[in-house]
Amino acid sequence: MCRRRWDPLIFANFSYSSADPVTVHFINRDGERLTTTAKEGESLLEVVVNQNLAIDGFGACEGTLACSTCHLIFEKDVFQKLDAISDEEMDMLDLAYGLTETSRLGCQVRIKKLMDGLTVQVPVEVSDIRSQLEAGKQSKQ
Amino acid sequence: MAAPARVGLRRWLSSRAPAPRICVVGSGPAGFYTAQHILKHHDLAQVDIYEKLPVPFGLVRFGVAPDHPEVKNVINTFTHTARSDRCAYYGNVTVGRDITVGELQQAYHAVVLSYGAEDNRVLGIPGENLSGVYSARAFVGWYNGLPENRDLKPDLSCETALILGHGNVALDIARILLSPLDFLRKTDITDCSLAALACSKVKRVWLAGRRGPLQVAFTIKELREMINLPGTQPVLNPADFTGLENAVKDAPRPRKRLTELMIKTALEKPREKAAMAQAAVPRQWGLKFQRSPQEVLPTADGTRVRGVRMALTRLEGSGDSAKAVPTGDMEELDCGLVLSSIGYRSLPLDPAVPFDTQHSIIPNNLGRVMGVPGLYCSGWVKRGPVGVIITTMNDSFDTAQSVLEDLQGGVLDVSVSKEGFGAVGSILRSRVLSLTITPGIRPVSFSEWEKIDAAEVARGKAAGKPREKIVDPQEMLQLIGH
Ligand SMILES: Cc1cc2nc3c(=O)[nH]c(=O)nc-3n(C[C@H](O)[C@H](O)[C@H](O)COP(=O)(O)OP(=O)(O)OC[C@H]3O[C@@H](n4cnc5c(N)ncnc54)[C@H](O)[C@@H]3O)c2cc1C
Ligand code: FES
Repeated sequence: MCRRRWDPLIFANFSYSSADPVTVHFINRDGERLTTTAKEGESLLEVVVNQNLAIDGFGACEGTLACSTCHLIFEKDVFQKLDAISDEEMDMLDLAYGLTETSRLGCQVRIKKLMDGLTVQVPVEVSDIRSQLEAGKQSKQ
Repeated sequence: MAAPARVGLRRWLSSRAPAPRICVVGSGPAGFYTAQHILKHHDLAQVDIYEKLPVPFGLVRFGVAPDHPEVKNVINTFTHTARSDRCAYYGNVTVGRDITVGELQQAYHAVVLSYGAEDNRVLGIPGENLSGVYSARAFVGWYNGLPENRDLKPDLSCETALILGHGNVALDIARILLSPLDFLRKTDITDCSLAALACSKVKRVWLAGRRGPLQVAFTIKELREMINLPGTQPVLNPADFTGLENAVKDAPRPRKRLTELMIKTALEKPREKAAMAQAAVPRQWGLKFQRSPQEVLPTADGTRVRGVRMALTRLEGSGDSAKAVPTGDMEELDCGLVLSSIGYRSLPLDPAVPFDTQHSIIPNNLGRVMGVPGLYCSGWVKRGPVGVIITTMNDSFDTAQSVLEDLQGGVLDVSVSKEGFGAVGSILRSRVLSLTITPGIRPVSFSEWEKIDAAEVARGKAAGKPREKIVDPQEMLQLIGH
């Protein structure tokens, strides 16, 4: 047992995560708080997937900016410190349900040290609004 | 909608009762997301998914544009669901023909109808059936390898195409018509469509809608993609956009950004520069507003389309509810190809299932079919043919939640055990022996689909494509030894 601790594979694994883990809290749709640790450089989508967090339907397009199911709402102070947002992310966010001033797509936000203790909120419904736009249109045509 | 209380209230409920058997009809996003949610939140439930075609995934395979492979990533999640040992897939079974909904209800505790929208709305104007006029549904089915449309052979020998409709499907079609061939070559577009597009003479595509720029139904991602399409030039008339900047100042952010992008594109290029650029750019597309099609005009010999007569309209009211009212003025637009993209439409499945013919949906309350306990619906057949996969996902979760609540609340009686596919399989076999419309119904399992999938991927590899779809169902069945 003791020797296994020095198994090179495990050691490699250990050194990969040697940067201090960052604690992140997700408030799920039902209000439940999911607390987990993340590595620097991981996207929040990767955190949800790797830690197997039970957020239904999260990340349907697997981080390719094609769905907006990874929509998360940030606290204002952290939101302001995040990297700039691209037009493409804005475009997908436009389709997210329950868009707020501090919304981002989880697949586009990478974990940084300064995020330690971060709390993000999963919006209550993950619909995107294309449906409403289309419904409005098609009922008229 | 999925209020927090509705989500995740189960887990404990299942341990005492016998295994509920649930049947899902249709293997598109609605079918798979409904199954996923039931399996995830009930520890015993078994879900069988029946699909008309041998192959699964509905419009993810046969609707989503070939150059949007990211959208098709949801297939990975669906595959994960299908591989669950409490989930089974039975392809090549047409419900309503090979087996009735009543028979399914006998074999299962609950039946969920998720069979989508397989028809389209029609324009209802003279000339609609001329050659050169196609529904968007058929055209999309053709380039995506939908068996029923594989022989469409659209005539692409004209220079100007007119798409009727301002939705994302209309933009998909415009993009496919105008994309550089080298882009499409690397997608899973069918070989025969690629060959036809290689010979296409189409170099100008108009998208016409009855209402104005503030009422378009397409979304900004798709519009931006079109504006940035290499080798093409957007042609927007600045006059269509005067004063709109002000009008959207306080509009919700999506409408505001979408409109601003159109305005920017329309105004960006001063006249002369645009003319020069157009000369250099071989292909163009543009938006035409406030035009309502009245008649498809035939060529002199009456055989095919030469144009469309449009009534100009003005808008009454504003915003999403604005109505297009004809001004009395007419205009003729020359084109050799017309694609009507005015919406898909669901069809009734079986006389035993209520159907709202006015809205072309199954009347329901949170997915519970009105007046038929134990029968549910999800997806486009529940809500109407609008919304993206995520919209479909949410409404499918809602329907699944209704099923789970009815299991928990005793509305669904699971004290009698049901045979599920055991019963259905023998009915299908007996149908084979007796005189029926379709002899030889042999369901395709998910692992058999995976063989077809592997064959398609292998065929595509040779050509540098993610897959080469098999478009003939007989060939699919032969491949798996049926
Ligand atoms: C052209 C087009 C492009 C689109 N592009 C996008 C996109 O890029 N991104 C996005 O998010 N959304 C897109 N959508 C929307 C998305 O496809 C739909 O929201 C979604 O597919 C609806 O799911 P569904 O399961 O209700 O229907 P469908 O996907 O149509 O699935 C229904 C299934 O039921 C089967 N079926 C039908 N009748 C029977 C029967 N009698 N017995 C058994 N099975 C039956 C059908 O064969 C089919 O497999 C697009 C839609 C279209 C039309
Ligand atoms: S996972 Fe689809 S946009 Fe982020």
